[in-house]
Amino acid sequence: MSGDPIYTEMIIEYSRNPSNFGKIENPQIHRHDSNPLCGDSIDLYVNVDGTKITDVKFDGKGCAICMACTSVLTEMIQNKTLDEVKNFQKDELLAELGLEHLIKTSPVRIKCALLSLKALKYGIYSYFTEKMNDVKAAGNLKEEAASLY
Amino acid sequence: MQSTTQSLDTQCRSDFPVLERRVRDDKALVYLDNAATTQKPIQVIDAITDYYKNHNSNIHRAVHALAEESTEAFEVTRSKVAKFLNIEKSEEIIFVKGTTEAINLVAYAWGRDNVQKGDIVVTTEYEHHSNIVPWQLLTQETGAELRYVDIDENGELMLEQLDEHLATGKVKLVAVSHVSNVLGTITDIKKVIKKCKDAGAKILVDGAQAVPHMKVDIGNLGCDFYAFSAHKMLGPTGVGVLWARKELLENMKPYQGGGDMIREVHKQETTWNDLPYKFEAGTPNVADVICFAAAIDYLTKIGMDNVRNHEIELTKYALEKMSKVKGLIIYGPKDAQRQGGVISFNFKDVHPHDVATIIDKNGVAIRSGHHCAQVLMEKLEVAATNRASFYIYTTKQEVDVLIDSLEQVAKVFKL
Ligand SMILES: Cc1ncc(COP(=O)(O)O)c(C=O)c1O
Repeated sequence: MSGDPIYTEMIIEYSRNPSNFGKIENPQIHRHDSNPLCGDSIDLYVNVDGTKITDVKFDGKGCAICMACTSVLTEMIQNKTLDEVKNFQKDELLAELGLEHLIKTSPVRIKCALLSLKALKYGIYSYFTEKMNDVKAAGNLKEEAASLY
Repeated sequence: MQSTTQSLDTQCRSDFPVLERRVRDDKALVYLDNAATTQKPIQVIDAITDYYKNHNSNIHRAVHALAEESTEAFEVTRSKVAKFLNIEKSEEIIFVKGTTEAINLVAYAWGRDNVQKGDIVVTTEYEHHSNIVPWQLLTQETGAELRYVDIDENGELMLEQLDEHLATGKVKLVAVSHVSNVLGTITDIKKVIKKCKDAGAKILVDGAQAVPHMKVDIGNLGCDFYAFSAHKMLGPTGVGVLWARKELLENMKPYQGGGDMIREVHKQETTWNDLPYKFEAGTPNVADVICFAAAIDYLTKIGMDNVRNHEIELTKYALEKMSKVKGLIIYGPKDAQRQGGVISFNFKDVHPHDVATIIDKNGVAIRSGHHCAQVLMEKLEVAATNRASFYIYTTKQEVDVLIDSLEQVAKVFKL
């Protein structure tokens, strides 16, 4: 079945060998999230130095789409500043894997694709509000996360 | 329905309009999610339209013509359920909205008065959440203990554990599925009931996956409570049945208060209506209960033994073919005689949702997820499984489409 619009070589490869898979002990940002309907369940760990991301890892279980998207997300945000990451849009992530069409074609599977981004946005929100006491910096990250899908 | 020596699917397929649907890229729909809910034959669809077009009225409370017709039709369904399941007293049949509500009704109306601190309620590892969570709520509230009967590697209950629980003398209730909705395992229900009776424990049977698929003789089963849903047996959603022995129902407090369940209401006190109305507060789901009769008629005409035999044949066929698909792991008995028309499976290291997405492109509808049975998923050490489930209209050709699609999955994931 060559040319499958979802299950490309790249996605299958990432699902078998996810990037940055593992755990960070006592990370500055930790967010667990899951899709109750399909059972994707991940933990995202991020360390920051000041405002720059120094390390990202994730673990958990999920479908190929979730594993691939989470892998790519962790690759994309490595060494970025929180400000850059804050504005990170879902299209950028989906485009990286050629999954933009999911927004239209699969309201169910889009959740798998965006779970990690949702976790990241919530995670940064909590970091700003709880650890840095900087509600302003958090902006409307929470609302953004909630309305991702 | 044509009546010949043709296979069951050929006889009845044309009664199901939705099965003519094309889905995705103009693929014929292959509906294999019957354990979740079955499709409805035209007879049932017509019955509901007929009801709203010609009879619609509230029941039990008025004397006008429509009310009489509706009340009569509502009660006809009750007698049909009674006959279908060999229940002698139709007042033992309570209409609820589904299996879930039936079980919750027992947990509240019977459980709150009969289960106390120190008592034990027993359920099993292969229950649907609806036969676990109500008992968790009950035992947590009362300080009773909730225990499980585990399953073995064939997905069958380890009944020696039931013996151990019962031997404590503290078991008030055993709640068990007649047929597992995930593994398809058929519980040796007579044996379980006998053990419970011998130990003086009450037994509730979740028959959501049994009544639609095989002959069930509640009259001779000997259990105390039995629950099932209409929508899994050609009927409408929003209708289910709780059957319970009359002595139990008579001694239970009402589950909800309101209209219809009362005899007399005064400022400070109320006397209850007779059975079954004591447990049917408010305007029930009149239309759907009435058209449920058409589903029972349909199944009666086919004959439940024929339903079961058709599913045995399909399950045997599917199991054999699936065992040859690369990387496929099948859970449960793997024996068509010991299971209902339900097969749960996974591909080694492929998430069930990826499987479902790939095969959905071929028009094949299966279920992937935890099937409301997370306790069982934990036992199987998986987050989810894929499940194909059959019914009277399922054909061998459809099983072939499933198998071809599964082979595609194996190929895409290079298994
Ligand atoms: C074994 C079993 N029990 C209970 C239920 C719950 O039935 P309902 O959702 O109709 O209340 C189901 C349906 O999914 C089931 O398969």
